[in-house]
Parts: sequence; C-alpha cells; structure tokens
Amino acid sequence: MKMQNKNPRIEGLSPTEIQEINAEMSHYEDKTAVSIEALKIVQKHRGWVSDDCLVAVAGFLDMAPAQLEGIATFYNLIYRRPVGKTVIHYCNSVTCWMMGSEQIREHLCRRLNVALGEMSEDGEYTILPIVCLGACDHAPVAMVGDELKLDLTENAVNEFLGR
Amino acid sequence: MARIEIDGRFYDVQDNTNVLSTCLSLGMDLPYFCWHPAMGSVGACRQCAVIQYKDAEDTRGRLVMACMTPVMNDMRLSISSEQARRFRSDNIELLMTNHPHDCPVCEEGGECHLQDMTVMTGHTFRRYRGSKRTHNNQNLGPFINHEMNRCIACYRCVRFYNDYAGGHDLQVLGVHNNVYFGRFEDGTLENEFSGNLVEVCPTGVFTDKTFSAHYARKWDLQTAPSICVHCGLGCNTAPGERYGELRRIINRYHGAVNGYFLCDRGRFGYGFVNSSKRILKPRIDNQPIIAIETAESHFRKLLNAAKSTIGIGSPRASLEANFALRELVGEENFFLGLNDTEHTLLNTIIDLMRHGGIHSPSLREIEQADAVLILGEDVTHSAPRLALSIRQALRNASFAMAQTMHIPLWQDAAIRQLRGNVQSPLFIASICATRLDDVATNTYHGSPENVARLGFAIAHCLDDSTPAPFALSTSEQSLASSIASRLKQAKRPLVVSGTSCSCLAVIQAAYNIAKAIPSKDKQLTFTVPECNSVGLTIMGGKRLQQAFERIDNGLTDNVIILENDLYRRASHKAVDLFLETAAHVSVIDSLENKTTEKAQLLLPAATFAESEGTLVNNEGRAQRYFPVYPATEAARGSWQWLTSVMEDPHWQHHDALTSACATTLPGLATLIQSASVTEDAIAGSKIPRQPHRYSGRTAMHANIKVSEPGPAHDLETPFAFSMEGATTHAPPALLPVIWAPGWNSNQAINKFQEEISGHLRDGDTGIRLIEASGELPWFDDIPTAFEPEPGLWRITPLPNIFGSEELSQQSPSIRERQPLVCILLNPMDAETLAVGTGDPIEIREFAGATTLTIHAQIEHTLPRGLVGVTTGLPEFQSLQAWTQITLKKANPELQDLSEVPL
Ligand code: SF4
Ligand code: SF4
Ligand code: FES
Ligand code: FES
Repeated sequence: MKMQNKNPRIEGLSPTEIQEINAEMSHYEDKTAVSIEALKIVQKHRGWVSDDCLVAVAGFLDMAPAQLEGIATFYNLIYRRPVGKTVIHYCNSVTCWMMGSEQIREHLCRRLNVALGEMSEDGEYTILPIVCLGACDHAPVAMVGDELKLDLTENAVNEFLGR
Repeated sequence: MARIEIDGRFYDVQDNTNVLSTCLSLGMDLPYFCWHPAMGSVGACRQCAVIQYKDAEDTRGRLVMACMTPVMNDMRLSISSEQARRFRSDNIELLMTNHPHDCPVCEEGGECHLQDMTVMTGHTFRRYRGSKRTHNNQNLGPFINHEMNRCIACYRCVRFYNDYAGGHDLQVLGVHNNVYFGRFEDGTLENEFSGNLVEVCPTGVFTDKTFSAHYARKWDLQTAPSICVHCGLGCNTAPGERYGELRRIINRYHGAVNGYFLCDRGRFGYGFVNSSKRILKPRIDNQPIIAIETAESHFRKLLNAAKSTIGIGSPRASLEANFALRELVGEENFFLGLNDTEHTLLNTIIDLMRHGGIHSPSLREIEQADAVLILGEDVTHSAPRLALSIRQALRNASFAMAQTMHIPLWQDAAIRQLRGNVQSPLFIASICATRLDDVATNTYHGSPENVARLGFAIAHCLDDSTPAPFALSTSEQSLASSIASRLKQAKRPLVVSGTSCSCLAVIQAAYNIAKAIPSKDKQLTFTVPECNSVGLTIMGGKRLQQAFERIDNGLTDNVIILENDLYRRASHKAVDLFLETAAHVSVIDSLENKTTEKAQLLLPAATFAESEGTLVNNEGRAQRYFPVYPATEAARGSWQWLTSVMEDPHWQHHDALTSACATTLPGLATLIQSASVTEDAIAGSKIPRQPHRYSGRTAMHANIKVSEPGPAHDLETPFAFSMEGATTHAPPALLPVIWAPGWNSNQAINKFQEEISGHLRDGDTGIRLIEASGELPWFDDIPTAFEPEPGLWRITPLPNIFGSEELSQQSPSIRERQPLVCILLNPMDAETLAVGTGDPIEIREFAGATTLTIHAQIEHTLPRGLVGVTTGLPEFQSLQAWTQITLKKANPELQDLSEVPL
C-alpha cells in the first residue's frame, strides 16, 4: 500500500563477498559508487553475475535492480551470462578491424566451434568483442584471459588455443 | 534581449535560452528529438543541427546543435542552408536504420513526432538494406505498451521517468547501438506518472494500453477541452471519443496548471465513463423507463407534491449543477453534502485562502519555490500532479548554483551533474512514509495531532509571538527549529497542507507557519479531495448533518441528491435512516452506488465527457469543461435535469446558469468573465470537435441507418459535433485538438504558446476567483500529544492515487493498480497482537457495531496506536477517520480472505 520496504535480498551474497564489498564501500560517501566494484567482486567469485546476484547486490547498495542492470549491461567486462573459464576478448576497433580482426574472429569461432558470446562445449572458452585495447601498433590483438596477445595470426591463435 | 540573424532575417529574442527553443518560439520548423520543453537539452540525438556563422563575413559557417547553443547577441544562423538540411536528413536516416517502419500498425501513427520530423527533414527514401536489431518487449502493467523495436534512442523516456519524475524501475540497458529502454524484468511501471511516457516518447515504443483496447487514430477522435475530475488540482485534459465511447485522455497544455504532464489517475481514470456501472436510463422505483419526459414529469410531480424539498449538492458536480439545485430548492434548503469534518476543513481552507493574506500558488508557481514544507500530506496520493511540481521545485538550489557558475539553466545534463547534487530543502511531516521521502531533507512521522504540534512549534520558532506547543520532545524541538531556519532563509518558501488527515489543527498549524515566515513571496497551498471541493465550499450551504436533522424533525419529506454517494460521507446507519425517513428520494448520478440503490427516482447524469460545467481547483481557479460527445441514451447533464423542471425557460441555458452563479454568489462574482464564452466564440463560427481528416462520418452509423444522420446540435458551448467550421479564430485554450501543419503529435503545442513553455497565446484557461488579502489572527488551539491507549487503535485513512477516488475507482486499469485491501499496523503493535503481514485480523468499532476481518500488513513508519486504511475503498466506508477500534487476531482457518486487490 505504501512504499514497499526495501528488503535487501543479501542472502544471495556470500560473507566473503559482503566483506569485500563493504571494504570498497568504506572509500566512498555514496554506496552506489561501488556498483561496478561490487559486480566485479561477485564475478570474481562466481565467474559471472546471475539475475539473483544482481538483485542481491542492488538490494545491498539500496538501488533498484534496473539501475544496477543499467550499469552491468553497460560494461562489457561484466558478464551477465555464464562464460568459459577463459574469455577471449578480441579487439574490434578501427585499427584491428583494418588489420584483419574479422578473420581472427572467424578463425577463433571456427576453431572453438562457438558463436560470439557462447561458451565452448568443454566450458573452456567464450569469445567476446572489446573496444581498442591500446595496442594498435600490434594489431590485431586480443586479451586471452588476463594476457594480451599481439600481432595475431591464425597460427598464433592455434598456438595459444593449443588445438 | 539579443538581436540574432536567421537565414538573413533579424529577430529580437530572449538571450537566456538556446537556439532551438528560440527558433520554435519564433514559429519556425526545426526538427528535434531529445530536447523537451520541460526537460531542457542534452544534445543526444543530433537532430536539431543548424549552421552558425562566425561573423558577417563568414560564408561557410559550422554545424552546431541548436539545442546546445546559447542565444547570443549578433549571432548569425541558418536553418535552411543546404549543409544543415543534408545533415538533418542524414541523421534521421541513421536514426531510422533500426526502425521497423511499421507505421500502419503502430498506435503512434498519425500523431507521431518521428513521422513529423522525418517528413520535415525530407528523408523520404530508405537506403539501408542491412538487418535490424530486434528486441523482446516487456509487459509493463495495465497502462503502457512496450514496442522497443521502434526506439530511436533519444533517451527522453528515462530522462522523464528518472530525472523528472523520480522513478527507478525504467532504465536504459545495454550499450552502443544495442540499447534497451525497459525494466529489469517484466512488471508494472511503478512511477505514478508513467502515462506521460506515451507523450514524451517521440515514437511508438510507449503507447497507451487502455487506448489499444479500443483504438482509433487521432484524426478519428472527437475531442473537446476538458478538466480532470479525479482530484482537486484541475489538470487540463483532452479526452477523445469514437462511436459514442470515451477512448482515451491525453494532456492538454496549461501554462499555469499542469504544463505538459498528467498523473496516471488522470490519464487512465476515464474508464468509469464506459463502465457497466453507468446509469443510462431513468428509473422509477427501480424500474427502468425509456422516455425522458416520463422521468421529468415524475420529478416535477414529486416536487409539487412535497411539503418541502431539500437538495444535497456535491463536490464532484459542477458549479452550475450545484447552483441549479440551489435555485430549485431554495438557499435555505440547500446542503453541500459534506460531512462535518469535510465541511469544517474546507471552510477553514477557503477562509484562509481568502482572508489569510498568503498567496495560493498555481503549480507553475510552486515549481519556483526554494524551500518546501509538507504538513500532513502524501501529495503523490492526494494531489498527484503537485508532487511532480514539488520535485521540480527542489532543483532550484542547483539552478542557483548553476547560475553562479554561468551554466545556462536549460543545460540539463550539466546541471544534474553539479557537484554534491545540491537540492532545495523539502521537509515532510506526515503520518507515515510518503512517495516523496526519497528527496526529502528530513521526514517526521506522527499522528495528525503530533504533525500539527510540530507545525505549531515551527511557527513558534519563526515568530515567538505565536503560541507554542508544550511538552515537545527535544528531537521534535530541534527538528522544528532546523525546519524553521531553512524556511526563514528561503526567498520563495512554500507550505503545503490539506484535508488528507482530516485534522483541523494541521491546517491551522500550516497557516501559522506560512504567516510567520518572513519572506514576502511565500506561498501556501492546500490539497482538497474532489474536483469541485473548493467551488462548492465557496458557494456555501449547510452541512449534511443538518439535512439529516431536518428529516428527523419532519420538516421535509422530499430529497434530491446530486452526484453524491452519501455512504462515502457518513455512517451507514445515519444514511440509511435518512433515506428511509424521507418520503421521496430522487438521485441524479452517473454511476451505480449505494445511494443510487436507494433512489425512488434515479436520473442518469452525463459525465464530464458528455456535459459542460465549471470546476474550481485547489488554487481557486475556475475552469470550464465541455462535452466531448453527446450523451447517449437518456443521460443528460445534471444541470439539465434540474433546470428541466423549472418554470422559467431562461435557466435552460448553461451560460445563464454560469452568469446567475456569478451575480448571486459574491464569492463567484469574477466568474462572470467566463459566462459569455459561448457567445464570443460563436461570433465567428462554431469550433469543430472533429479534426478535418475525421473519417467514416457518412458510414459509421450505416449498420443502423444508411442515410447519414445530421450532427447533434450543441446550443450550450462554442463547439460543434462536426468537422465543419474553422479553428483559426479560436483562442488556443479552446482548441479541441492540438495540431499544426506538419505537427501531428501533441508537440504541436509549440505553435500555440507565447513562447516555449510559456502561457498559451490569448491566455491560459480559467479565472482565479480568489486573490489573497487581509490577515487572520494566529491559531492557538494546539492539540495535546497523541498517546495510544492500550487496547485501542484509531482509524487513519491514507489516500491512494489508485483506488481512493470514487470515479477512477471504476476504471478497469486503475483497479488493477489498486492496493491490497488490508490494514497497516506498526510493527510493535503487530507484535502485541501476535500478527504478521498477511494474517487476518478482526476490527471492531469501539463505540459502534461495525466489525470487519481483513489482512494485516506491517508498516514500519506508521506510529503506534494508529491503523492505516486506504481512503475511499468500499470495504472501509463504514470506518470514518478517527474512529476508535479494537483489534484481535482472527483465526486464519475460519477466514476466507483473498489477497487479491478488489
Ligand atoms: S523509448 Fe522512446 S523516448 Fe525512450 S529512447 Fe526510445 S524513442 Fe526515445
Ligand atoms: S493530479 Fe489530479 S487533476 Fe491532475 S491529472 Fe492527476 S488526478 Fe487529474
Ligand atoms: S584498435 Fe585494436 S588495439 Fe586499438
Ligand atoms: S534536439 Fe538537439 S541534439 Fe537532440
């Protein structure tokens, strides 16, 4: 009837996650300032951010789920769907595009037998595009997990995939 | 002022605005999407490009976004240069690459800003051959459709919903060319102003779901200027009809009242007009009769046979209808139809408005306030559109800061990002949490008398010659002094109060505060419950209770009740007795209710959509509404029923009633200015209610009769039920449809304002009947603090935007939003009673017979000893405000209570 009481559904978060989010919060005046960090913390522990986790984080930060979803879906390093153990972010910005990032993407997809955004059958890989990685002089480039791979060729791809 | 050159011509214009707004004010056509007159500029859509030249010699110039370019003296611009045109046409082509081009099946079609702008830029040929991104749509509840593929990503929806109206559940999701404007998941849009998305979105993404159910193109709707009847604010509306059915309501711009926006009750409450509860045939002793004449002569017979007849008026009937009743029965036999509490509160409010010496502001003036105190109201629920205005007022602090930093006030995104998110102070003292709490500087929750006591304390802090409450807690004392000091600093402080908590002391405290505030430009406004509460009270008359007494004493035997369900106003016992004692009861009303059930003679009244009248809003502004279409079957305007039995045929015209109102009742004297609206307007020709493209006129009744029927005649208003006639001579305030060549959407209003967002050319509608004068003494009747009595609770009605108002309650879409039927309890009280949310609980009137079993809901902000119930729900009709009750946990197994709303 009246304003619904905000019921932070924090049950969805683990004590470690809550502790880490709280630690981030201590740096800011405004809870919502840690939105991105909180999502990253959850993702660190779970690999991705599920709907339930998103609602839980939103509750914890006193935000509407839609507000946090707006942030989560804006950043391409926050995964709102399950991803493989290693995420390959291939750069699709101008320089890499000119230097053949499309072929690299096709090769990757073929090699792993997945479409963009999907998880390979063995759960090892997901391929996603990303904006300029700041290594244009070595285009085309990709991030494989945390590692930056430069001057990509199909052979180089085969090599790091080991298949 | 500045002198600027546009395409070789010179104009003297205001220099505090941007080029787009200026061009539109000058009547030029310049396309735009993301800019909105009420929301300022963000420069997101790149549609409003013009060429700006460096100086008189520059021939090349450069492209600038008109909405982001401040007007400066000596600036040289071109709208029509080839480069600017090309850019605008290419831009729209890009915006349209993902658009489905589905105008024929789109409900925006025919009043679509995107269509208008596309045509305006000359983008007529689609070159894009690629695939288009598609989206899943969401179910957004009973009011709004969602068709995301039509989105051009102008961001207006989220800017309105979040920034302007304070919503949270509609957001932009995604990134770059794949953005989605929607909710986290399917579900009803929570904000009370969601309906404005229909007009704010320049495309067909958000459309009116209630309209879909019986859709017609804008050009096929018959329309007349109207006034919302669902609360006391008097927002201006444009209802549309087709085939004798009211199809929808959209905003009608008013420069001082509602501006560009309505609340959802006002937009979607119209469903009652088409409801199955409509009374369309007269009834004598519950038998429907066909002939109007039979009903009329029966009515006359009752009047002639009666020893004496009394009339009971109504705050939801027009001035003219009430006045006709008063004429018919005589002043001494006219009762306002308000119960004692309503009567006292409203009379006090009118007295304060007239003689209290403090300005009663329009909504537009309210938006200028730089500090706001709300005493005893949850305005989002009691006077919804006012809450939207208060939200805008809170931005004044950031505007002031922007000014010191030389940021123009229309630079919306820049101002919203000013450091620290500065906001003008808003203080809310209310019974429990309100829908404006999210922007409140401080809130206080207490019983009505405690709210009043805080108010008296604030007044005392402002001026120590005012009486002070004793035994205030230290926290209350310090809150009072901090509120007082903020009000004292303000240049244009506003105090808001009203009738919601049924407490005279709250209203008196509000006056003391306003009076004690030093600023000359202070304002005091009151919410009132019904669309003509103020008009009726100005008219003056006796209380309902006095009518009951008259019958009891046998002084009268015939009762005429005008558009008033007495069961909403007094105890069932008292009303039953009254209606049974009267020898004859005639009721004029539009919807079935408990009172109409008891009528021996029931006369079907036309609703606001089918009749004319004047309503006075809470500001004291008298405004006219006009019939949109002729009443069907035997329904007629209440005033017509009442005057049909009068001897003098002079009364048989509405304007005659209006001017008699003005000449007879001193409080309404200024109304005389609006009495001749018909004659003046007709001097030219009648104004057509149907647009010039109205289709099917010759065929729409062919299933009944192949020859085309003549149009119904309208002798009472300046309008014709026809597409013939001219609108050129009509003042914009009287235009049924807002339309200009090339501008088919409601945004054509740009063409009819003195300047963008200014007053309508030739004036906004309505006449202010009351201007503040005089001064009244301090009120000193300070209540003692509320102490809950063990084992006793007090009924505290809390208005709800969806469900509390009698007419909109019968609208199917509003019903879907109605709150659960339950009682609110403080958590500690719930603990004592051992009940939790959802448990059934038995209510027993302490000094009466009523018992009721209902679900409990815990409300953390509700004070102990109070029980919150939704105002106006039929379930709670027998429990008036302040009724004392006892509570007992009910056995859940014995109860068959449904959780669903009514
Ligand atoms: S939904 Fe409408 S208002 Fe919102 S961004 Fe899209 S076109 Fe603009
Ligand atoms: S605020 Fe009141 S008058 Fe305005 S639209 Fe809503 S219900 Fe109608
Ligand atoms: S464009 Fe790929 S790294 Fe810059
Ligand atoms: S209206 Fe100027 S950029 Fe959108």
